[in-house]
Amino acid sequence: MSSTLTPQRAARTDVGPRGRRAARRERLAGRLATLGPGLGYLVVFLLVPLALVLSYTLFHRGRFGGIVYEASTDNFTRVADGLYLGVIWTSVKLAGLTTLLALLLGYPTAYLIARLPRRWRTVALVLVVLPFWTNFLIRTYAWIILLNSEGVINRTLTGIGAIDRPLELLYTPGAVVGGLLYAYLPLMVLPLYSAIERLDPQLREASANLGARPARTFWSVTLPLTLPGVLTGCVFVFVPSLGNFVVPELLGGGRTVMVGNLIRDQFLKARDWPFGSTLALVVIALLVLLLMAQAWATRRLAGGNRA
Amino acid sequence: MRRFSWLYVPAGLTYLFLYLPIVVLVVMSFNAAETPYRWDGFDTAWYGRLFDDRAVREGLINTLVVAAGATALSTVLGTLLAVGLARYTRSKLLDAIAVAPAVLPDIVLAIGLLAFYTAVQFTLGLHSILLAHTVFGTAFVAAVVRTRLAHIDGSLEEASRDLGATAVQTFVRITLPSLAPGIIAGALLAFSLSIDEFVIAFFTAGPQDPTLPIVIYSMVRFGVTPEINALATLLLAVSFTFVIAAQRLSRLTESL
Repeated sequence: MSSTLTPQRAARTDVGPRGRRAARRERLAGRLATLGPGLGYLVVFLLVPLALVLSYTLFHRGRFGGIVYEASTDNFTRVADGLYLGVIWTSVKLAGLTTLLALLLGYPTAYLIARLPRRWRTVALVLVVLPFWTNFLIRTYAWIILLNSEGVINRTLTGIGAIDRPLELLYTPGAVVGGLLYAYLPLMVLPLYSAIERLDPQLREASANLGARPARTFWSVTLPLTLPGVLTGCVFVFVPSLGNFVVPELLGGGRTVMVGNLIRDQFLKARDWPFGSTLALVVIALLVLLLMAQAWATRRLAGGNRA
Repeated sequence: MRRFSWLYVPAGLTYLFLYLPIVVLVVMSFNAAETPYRWDGFDTAWYGRLFDDRAVREGLINTLVVAAGATALSTVLGTLLAVGLARYTRSKLLDAIAVAPAVLPDIVLAIGLLAFYTAVQFTLGLHSILLAHTVFGTAFVAAVVRTRLAHIDGSLEEASRDLGATAVQTFVRITLPSLAPGIIAGALLAFSLSIDEFVIAFFTAGPQDPTLPIVIYSMVRFGVTPEINALATLLLAVSFTFVIAAQRLSRLTESL
């Protein structure tokens, strides 16, 4: 590619203004043919729907459903109500706890996989991803069977005499966090693995040779260098956890309500689309803040490493 | 690993956590009892019950129709989009639009599409789910094909142009074949995501034709029966075969 005699260069030297105009026209045609269909589709089926949701936040529900197009900020004052703020706060807490647990389980797992011999590495990775490719509802259903008062865990525990009465495991916030963790743990392990795998082992050796104990090496070499992977994994787990309504419904039994449940109910039960849209906007705003924070932190880390 | 490492504890926990529910699910599908909580001996009756279940069968067919259509559409749109984004523009905004469906929480896309379909008075049915699934399918295909584009050598295309091939000929004869592994991987991803997708389908489905995830949802909500275990076991078997085959396939194409 570096040769100065590529036909491409030779061809470029003998094009006159007409050739250049033709080339420009061809470039425009290429751009339209490749970008046109996909972007056109996304404008109609993504941007227009999002704009619609955004505009609904200013209107309100009619007496028999539907939308009354009178602009006001009522929906936002309603979101600021203690009840809804409480649900949003619960969602952030549960999604945050899920992310933390995923990190605590996922980091050592990814670390171990990255240190396995190459042929075992693929097997170990596939085993992490495999449950992720099974139906999400069925994975959640499996936890109902495990956690039910007559479920496997309670039967085992009463069987070995560890407890005399079944524990109340299902329909608790803990069950919701467990279900979310089960659903999204692979999304934490994968980016962590690719970050750890890229890490130069010589850095760790150098640290050890300079007298650092393994813990010190981990905290001052390995962890800082893999932080971008940590941040990506956290975003991958936190984002889908925050908007989830299936897990809180099936494993929380309606007792643990998350913001996803509220949005679903506003759209499909109360038919108050403007208020549901406003709640969705709050979720989007939280996520945009999160992504901005992630981008900022990643940039800072990259800058710090170069210095 | 020469000696025991403390890493084995959390890593072991991870795998136990990931596979315990699956093992229980599969074992209980061969249970004679009426509930998946008690073991009454080995029986395959629940599988027979499952095959007789019309709702499940129709749901499966609906799911496959939607997934096939959405995959075909997203593969074309996503591949073109990937080439366009890599070759014809440096716009960050267009990049952002192309990945947005993959990043956005599904419920946001779901309510947006429901609002949109209602606003333009579009009837809901399999076609509305298909069009909805094409949104994220396109984003995922474009992302996968773009990573492939970054690895292929552009000089072949230049040579083709210099030897007198038109832009379209070059695209069809040179660019597409060299992108093929990426396109296949993207299509497989779009297909399996569509088959599994529940939230967007739930919001954009008509009252008549539920997809399999919607059928499963109503089964799970209605109550716990070993029939779901049997269905789960079959789906697990299918997706495990699928993942392992895809793994083999990618190793094959890598070695080519």
